[in-house]
Amino acid sequence: LRRTCKEVSALLVAREDRALPVAERLALRLHLAACKACPVFERQLLTMRNALQSWRGYTING
Amino acid sequence: MPTLTIESQLAEHRGYLLRYARLQLRSDAWAEDAVSETMLAALSKPQSFGNRSQLKTWLVGILKHKVIDILRQRQREVCLADDESDGSEELEALMFQADGHFAARPADWGDPEQELSSRQFFAVLEACAEKLPATMGRVFLMREWLELSVEEICKELQLTPTNLYVQLHRARLRLRECLELNWFGNRAAP
Repeated sequence: LRRTCKEVSALLVAREDRALPVAERLALRLHLAACKACPVFERQLLTMRNALQSWRGYTING
Repeated sequence: MPTLTIESQLAEHRGYLLRYARLQLRSDAWAEDAVSETMLAALSKPQSFGNRSQLKTWLVGILKHKVIDILRQRQREVCLADDESDGSEELEALMFQADGHFAARPADWGDPEQELSSRQFFAVLEACAEKLPATMGRVFLMREWLELSVEEICKELQLTPTNLYVQLHRARLRLRECLELNWFGNRAAP
């Protein structure tokens, strides 16, 4: 279950487009609880997701 | 407004539609085709617009369908590998040390909900999307602007899911890097 930050960041990015298998979700959760850097990266991805959603609305609504 | 003909109203929106068609299609000629098809569709059924929404909103809805049609027709060209190395390996090498730890801790972007809805931010976001290599940019925007599912994109472009996931992964990392450099990094500067 031990993953490096590089592996975890790849899982966090992959999660934007596909459902992760249970083993990967567990590894992710354990790593995020113990790491200081990866939760920040996770928040950046969430910010990007929200930004893209707002932009989509902006293009539909200039 | 009532004195304007539908033709002149459509002409006013042409530039706006072209901008998004170009961003998605990465080809001036294809974008021109998509916008022309959109205009023709709008002119052939103006009664379906009525006044149920903003004209531009209605046109963007038509444009998205026309863009998907063109991506489908040009499927082989859409999926051509980008000529230059896309730099993704270098980007990952810069982000991480050999042992898999972050080379530098990611910056805290805060909770910038208000500013992420500003015109200036959208301009930076569009510029970052435009900088993606053509193939990567097309599939990323099919996902994020056309809002197609992974299954739909794979079907339209005859891509394997693995191939698509790699493209989307690289696009998201590059977009993050570009926003960090051009928006979030600048924000903290005096």
